[in-house]
Amino acid sequence: MTTELLEPFVRMLDEIASPAAVRAVEAGGDWQAMWAAIAASGFLDALVGEDQGGSGLTLAQVEPLLQALGASAVPLPVGETMIARALLAHAGIAAPAGPVVLAATQGQPVPCALVANHALVDTGAALAVTPLSEMEVTATGVHGSLAAVLSGPAQSLALPRPGNGLRSIAAVLRACLIAGAAARVCDMAAAHAAQRVQFGKPIGKQQALQQMLSVMAEDMVACRIAAQLGCAGGLDPALTHVATAKITTSAAAPRLAASAHAVHGAIGIAEEFDLQLLTRRLHEWRLADGSEGYWSRQLGAERLGAPMSSMDFARTP
Amino acid sequence: MFDGLTLASLPDAAEAVRPKIRAFLADHMAGIAADTRARSWQGFDAAFSRKLGAEGFLGLTLPVEYGGQGLGPFARFVVVEELLSAGAPVAAHWIADRQSAPLLLHYGTEGQRQRHIPAICRGEQVFCIGMSEPGSGSDLASVRTRADRNADGWLLNGQKIWTTNAHYADYMIALVRTSGTGADRQAGLSQLIVDLHAPGVTIRPITDLTGDAHFAEVFFDNVQLADDALVGQEGDGWAQCTAELAFERSGPERIYSSVVLLDAWIAHLQAVGRRDADALVGRLTAELATLRAMSLACTALLTAGESPVVEASIVKDRGTGFEQELAVVIGDDLAAHPDEPVSAELWRTLAYVTHIAPSFSLRGGTREILRGIIARGMGLR
Repeated sequence: MTTELLEPFVRMLDEIASPAAVRAVEAGGDWQAMWAAIAASGFLDALVGEDQGGSGLTLAQVEPLLQALGASAVPLPVGETMIARALLAHAGIAAPAGPVVLAATQGQPVPCALVANHALVDTGAALAVTPLSEMEVTATGVHGSLAAVLSGPAQSLALPRPGNGLRSIAAVLRACLIAGAAARVCDMAAAHAAQRVQFGKPIGKQQALQQMLSVMAEDMVACRIAAQLGCAGGLDPALTHVATAKITTSAAAPRLAASAHAVHGAIGIAEEFDLQLLTRRLHEWRLADGSEGYWSRQLGAERLGAPMSSMDFARTP
Repeated sequence: MFDGLTLASLPDAAEAVRPKIRAFLADHMAGIAADTRARSWQGFDAAFSRKLGAEGFLGLTLPVEYGGQGLGPFARFVVVEELLSAGAPVAAHWIADRQSAPLLLHYGTEGQRQRHIPAICRGEQVFCIGMSEPGSGSDLASVRTRADRNADGWLLNGQKIWTTNAHYADYMIALVRTSGTGADRQAGLSQLIVDLHAPGVTIRPITDLTGDAHFAEVFFDNVQLADDALVGQEGDGWAQCTAELAFERSGPERIYSSVVLLDAWIAHLQAVGRRDADALVGRLTAELATLRAMSLACTALLTAGESPVVEASIVKDRGTGFEQELAVVIGDDLAAHPDEPVSAELWRTLAYVTHIAPSFSLRGGTREILRGIIARGMGLR
């Protein structure tokens, strides 16, 4: 079922979110047409129950789509909106039109907040759907970034908060996006190493490069499987799964970005080369919704409170 | 890239084995010190392995008609992770159960299967793997031990070294040259079953830096082997060996080698009530969970009948890196609190794992060789 979904989804992303289109949105260009195409595809309600007009898919089934969003550096909060619409539908609240971001913090930047109409705000007691026109939206000023700090009172229209809060499911989404971007930068680095000739042979023939690229592949596979683990529990994931997914992907993200750039050399940091669209996002998603350090403290506290073996803890469903 | 490695879960039939092996371990592992348990798959106890065999915990992947359990790789995964988590002494059956029996099942004659597999499933035949030689480590194709055909079968001459458990073993499956010369590389290599009790075999244990003697050197001086010592096809030894290494590299032992130390350290933190290591505990816990999921994904490929050579290398390289890191960071954590008392048992466990850890990324293929295999899988070689 997932493959049947994934192919048309990727085809759509290839059409509407080309690297040129991503750059245009990052430069402040119009994003309504891109969003309209995504909305028209019906994928935004993939996680909404069939009885409510959605596709009724589980998060685990949708995970390849979230990875595809990461791999294409899609500059709109598509995964966030999928999750928000599912949570809203579950609470019997009609979803607003347009992109929705997940605001688990009012202290640090929320990815894609400059290209959204609403935020799902975690007040600590509930989740509130709030128009961004009623919040203070402070752009970061980081080149190319669409993230912004959101602050201000949340609207009263509220829905029940998942047991582990909005940050948990948002972190799982970041893990999936990182896993997708990880796969793409690995492909790009391997392809570049195979065709770039120095000292009379492709640089990928050098053992030093082979060692680095094989570690990239290990990180990439670890990210994929950790992200899948994060999605296994649905929209209110257990702390152990969220933390494992976000710690593994966030810790790998800077290593993957650094190695991908090292393989590409100077051209990799050029604006016109597509690698930077992915590596800037790897860093942004790593820091969003809790870095590896945040989730490590959470998971460590849980582990130290559990009188069991590490093997038993690791296999906790 | 490597799309076959995706999240897999243990089927109920495999999980059903867990309570049984756990009950067995509760009966047989009480009161053993952590630094002894940390030796786990280097811990040799023939009686323990025979008890495991009698209870049906060996030969889990092997067919019932050869004395196995016919349950498949997932059931073996469950039993292996329980054994390693408990730090059970499993060396007496480990290699035979994991590699030799599947190899003989796949490539052996009916006579070889009948002679060895049921006995392996009972824990009664100990095997070792003869690969490395003084001049052949990672460059295995350069082996010089030679078997020549004669009227009675094969005449074996040469030397193996660093052979795990050779001094305890009944048989060795040796990779030897049966035709050509070293210039022929992989061509002309074959696998032979060597009865280590035969005349002309000399075995000398080698003591390692922990004081244990888990490996040995083995000399063959005109050892006469029967005609049916040959496993599979003459000249196919390299391909058979490569397939066998996928079994060796993909198992959960490549993530759990230091888990007794991890558990002993966590128990220490819980006992002293110290909370400044939460982030480190969390990071290591997440890595173990990820590696376990990666290893399960590899097991799913084995279950599907594939030979996941590259995927197993990915899991082994990352897994052994984790096993090695544990000793480093746990040592730092304990000694970062120089006035906090640490039990002698935990200290010995830490030291044992610290000292033996370099072997984790040597045995079964070095880190550098594995990364070359992964690079080939990425299309770079």
